[in-house]
Amino acid sequence: MNKKPGIVEIRNLCKAYQRGNQLITVLQEIDLDIDEGEFLALMGPSGSGKTTLLNLIAGIDKADSGSIRIGGIEITALAETELAAWRANNVGFIFQFYNLIPVLTAFENVELPLLLTGLSKGERRTHVETALRVVNLADRMDHSPGELSGGQQQRVAIARAIVTDPTILVADEPTGDLDRDSANDVLELMERLVHELGKTIIMVTHDPRAANKAHQIKHLDKGVLNAHPQADF
Amino acid sequence: MHILKLIFKNSFRHKLRTFLTILGVTVAILAFGLLRTVVSAWYAGVEASSATRLVTRNSVSLVFPLPLSYKEKIRQIEGVKGVSYGTWFGGIYIDEKNFFANYSMEPRTYLAMYPEIIIQEDQWNVFLRDRKGAAAGKKLAERYGWKIGDVITLKGTIFPGNWDFVLDAIYKGRDDTVDETAFFFHWDYLNETLKKAGRGWTDKVGWFLIEIEDPDIAAEVSLRIDKNFKNSLAETLTETEKAFQLSFISMTEAIVIAIRLVSFVIIFIIMAVVANTMAMTARERIGEYAIFKTLGFGSFHIAGLILGESLFVTMMGATLGILLTFPAAAIFGKELSQYFPIFNVARETIVLDIIAALVVAFVAALFPAWRAIHIRIADGLRRVG
Ligand SMILES: Nc1ncnc2c1ncn2[C@@H]1O[C@H](COP(=O)(O)OP(=O)(O)OP(=O)(O)O)[C@@H](O)[C@H]1O
Ligand SMILES: [Mg+2]
Repeated sequence: MNKKPGIVEIRNLCKAYQRGNQLITVLQEIDLDIDEGEFLALMGPSGSGKTTLLNLIAGIDKADSGSIRIGGIEITALAETELAAWRANNVGFIFQFYNLIPVLTAFENVELPLLLTGLSKGERRTHVETALRVVNLADRMDHSPGELSGGQQQRVAIARAIVTDPTILVADEPTGDLDRDSANDVLELMERLVHELGKTIIMVTHDPRAANKAHQIKHLDKGVLNAHPQADF
Repeated sequence: MHILKLIFKNSFRHKLRTFLTILGVTVAILAFGLLRTVVSAWYAGVEASSATRLVTRNSVSLVFPLPLSYKEKIRQIEGVKGVSYGTWFGGIYIDEKNFFANYSMEPRTYLAMYPEIIIQEDQWNVFLRDRKGAAAGKKLAERYGWKIGDVITLKGTIFPGNWDFVLDAIYKGRDDTVDETAFFFHWDYLNETLKKAGRGWTDKVGWFLIEIEDPDIAAEVSLRIDKNFKNSLAETLTETEKAFQLSFISMTEAIVIAIRLVSFVIIFIIMAVVANTMAMTARERIGEYAIFKTLGFGSFHIAGLILGESLFVTMMGATLGILLTFPAAAIFGKELSQYFPIFNVARETIVLDIIAALVVAFVAALFPAWRAIHIRIADGLRRVG
């Protein structure tokens, strides 16, 4: 793979939450670089700040200080509406609980992010069908999420994440709710996205087998990032 | 896939809840529409009155008469175009509960001032020549199954005895604001009968009906008439037909106000019901709204989804309610035609229905939309698991 360096550059990132009159530091001076086409796994004990870090990278939460540059854009400097537009174009989301809209079909769920683009109906259809073919669910596009298995729903969610061809994909415990076989399918799919389509993936996981598919594993413990586990689980 | 389709599908996720909310709105709009119709029925006489007609009555009270001799004096007053007169009869048909307006008047001059009352020419001619002739409104005739030529007996209350009349004419209103439940007959017949019996009230009338040339001079002409009879045996009070009609209503104005108030209370209650439904709905979907926001959808879209659903549910109910108002008002009008001769669903009532429904939909969506927009995405997403 021909890797271009530095698609994600994080410097001195800090985040704390106020709980009552107590300030809880969640992330302390995080530095992180991720190359284009890289598959990074973030591990760490519960409450260590993994989801918080992922949310910051994905632009759905605000940092207290520090900088996050993604594809050359300093996203900490963006206003709310600019950030929303940036997310729509640059980030694909995969969640533990799939987070599909239950009243919409697989096709419509995948089409959702495209509604914010200027694409015509026909163009949207082509994109959605392509994405569903990548996740091997082209034959299920008229099914609603309730009619699909967990693994299938997660693959629809992946199709939704890649349909806009985003700069980065973020996944928060994507296999956390799946059985072993379905989890394998999803992980294989993510590997293919990296190897065949050159996608950049940042994945939070508790599952060592999932983490082993990644190029790189980072450990987060009490808000500090390490290359090796401290006293991980 | 369109936002509209999503709104539609969202609306029916909780079928029972949506159905009950729509039913609530339907009943509320129906009740609101009927109450507003009662209020406008109350004012129907006022609405139908003409600005070029004045009514002169005894200044003490309507129960005291005026001498017929005033007629010529009034006619000579500047601005007066025509004068007629009538006397309230207040007779009872078979039973006291069969109430309808019945009075005597001078038909030629009286009806000349009421172009909105339409009588077929042949019936009119018979009525004019028949001393004991009477005319009844179409609705009244239908109510009691009267036909032309029937003898109708009224029991006098003010003027005792049984009075027989021959139904010579059935009148129609020019439009649906005209009362078609009145009954009138020749004043001459009343007067002659009273004379023969040697009773009071002879050559006296209950009121004069006056036509003026121009509605703008109503106040001046009224003053002139009343001044003319100042310090006479029977002083007069002249007012527009509208004010005259209103003086009947003012007695019951408190009831009208109460009905108006209740109609708005109903809207307020249904607002609370729809707001509750929307709050529950939006609370359940906080996670979904967070996903929409994550994907880049803005506040505008989120508000649109919630308001759209609120509008959809409310408007479904309102449409049903409005559609049901017409048959319901027809049934009501028929049952209550004794009390409300005119019982039509006014266009303003429908407009008010729609405005009320829109206000309900907006207010109900306001708080849930505000919450959904302002919740942090990260917090919203945590609600999904
Ligand atoms: N909105 C919030 N208000 C206050 N504290 C919060 C909030 N969100 C997260 N936290 C706290 O921040 C810390 C890190 O949370 P985070 O969800 O990032 O952990 P995590 O590593 O993803 O855990 P898990 O493996 O259980 O998902 C936790 O202590 C959590 O309680
Ligand atoms: Mg987490």
